[in-house]
Amino acid sequence: MKQLAQEISARFSELGVEIPIGEIEERLDKMINKFKVPREEARRSVVNYFLKSYNIKRNEFYTGQSESPLINISDVDDGKWANIRGKIVQLWDNTHESISQVGLIGDETGTIKFTIWESAGVSTVEEGKSYLLKNVVVNEWNGKFQLNVNKSSSIESLDEEIEVGNATVEFRGAMVDIQSGSGLIKRCPECNRALTKGACMEHGKVDGVYDLRIKAVMDDGSSIQDAIIKRDLVEEVTGMTLESAIALAADALDQGVVLEKMKDSLVGRYYNVKGSRVDRYLIVESISPIFAYDASELGELIAAAEVI
Amino acid sequence: MAGYTREVARRIFAQEFRESNLSFKDGDDQYAPQYLLTPTGAKVNRIFIVGTLIEKEDIGTDSEYWRGRVSDPTGSFLIYAGQYQPEAAQVLAECETPAFVAVVGKPSTYTTNEGDVLTSVRPESLHIVDGQTRDMWVIETAKCTLDRIKELDGSSPNAQRAKEYYDPDTKHYSSMVSQALKSLKETY
Repeated sequence: MKQLAQEISARFSELGVEIPIGEIEERLDKMINKFKVPREEARRSVVNYFLKSYNIKRNEFYTGQSESPLINISDVDDGKWANIRGKIVQLWDNTHESISQVGLIGDETGTIKFTIWESAGVSTVEEGKSYLLKNVVVNEWNGKFQLNVNKSSSIESLDEEIEVGNATVEFRGAMVDIQSGSGLIKRCPECNRALTKGACMEHGKVDGVYDLRIKAVMDDGSSIQDAIIKRDLVEEVTGMTLESAIALAADALDQGVVLEKMKDSLVGRYYNVKGSRVDRYLIVESISPIFAYDASELGELIAAAEVI
Repeated sequence: MAGYTREVARRIFAQEFRESNLSFKDGDDQYAPQYLLTPTGAKVNRIFIVGTLIEKEDIGTDSEYWRGRVSDPTGSFLIYAGQYQPEAAQVLAECETPAFVAVVGKPSTYTTNEGDVLTSVRPESLHIVDGQTRDMWVIETAKCTLDRIKELDGSSPNAQRAKEYYDPDTKHYSSMVSQALKSLKETY
């Protein structure tokens, strides 16, 4: 216990506050021996007591005790503390008084949402500038990771420009499904959102603008990947233009025929898709059908089958 | 990731599918997904098949109920599509046999009075494809099957359960794969 008291006293004297060691010991003794508080709890409680009475901020006392590792955005993990270097990609309207700023920060490996809490007491960040976020904590909300800048965090601005990357991913597999919301769709002229039943979530009933898109499910036998294919690529891969799709739908008096036709020509076939990953979707930048297998692969597999 | 995730469509050869008879649910919940465990340890809730539709027949009495037989290099799958699989039933009604088809569906099992378990596929979608796609499926399925055979001695729960239940003869399945692969060479 003497040792514990000395540790606490030493840490306080580093901050320029001398506390009589007897006083610390007395409090510890009361906690541990009289009230049966576990040692670590007692320590915390005693520290908090003196922090309060000498008006020292908690983060001043605790900083430097454990330095968080600098990690890439693509490697963040739930519940971990981290230092993140990144560029502020976007700032969003904050929705709550306890939030100072909220937005998207990116580095070479991807982007992630961050929240700077009002209680963090840090200076504000600007869109397009790069910062080092120190001691932020990662948590999961709605199935996505986000960074929290709280009162033990700090923000340093960086002079360098960080390139925000969307690590491109490639997926090779069979298209096993095309989901609803694909084919010939209408978008809101104001915000470009896809309309459902002729109405926009944001702007209500509007005259939509026609567009083509495919929400595909790719499957390679061991994992699946949702992919969004935009109009130019849809036209390329289906051979159907927006105009011909509109004409087709007008003939049949039904937008659904376009989707049916797309399913007939795409589902069950193998494709190689490349693009950037956003949430669970892969935003396709290039798609190419696979027409034939690799003869050397066939040979290798036959050889592999023989040796089992 | 929290919540619902789509089940991966497994790749199984017809012979292995026919020799599977262990069907179970994960959990007691009414809506818990149903799985079929195959002898090489694939836990199947969805299956992807590309093969040749060699027979089709409407066996329904009141409404249409289509039975199709889809063959791969190792045997054939039975496909049943009725009013609740309208897309697949429509394709079956309209297509000619033989034809190359790609099927995405759910495995289902039926136990006969003698206690034999018959496996079939209830298609979610069925589309006409080409011969190259079928060949690529054979390659892919061979690869997936070999990977599973190699994993049989591993510690994954599916592999262990398959080993315990089926006591599979790995030679039997590796020669099935090898035979399927060699059939591709003969065609060209």
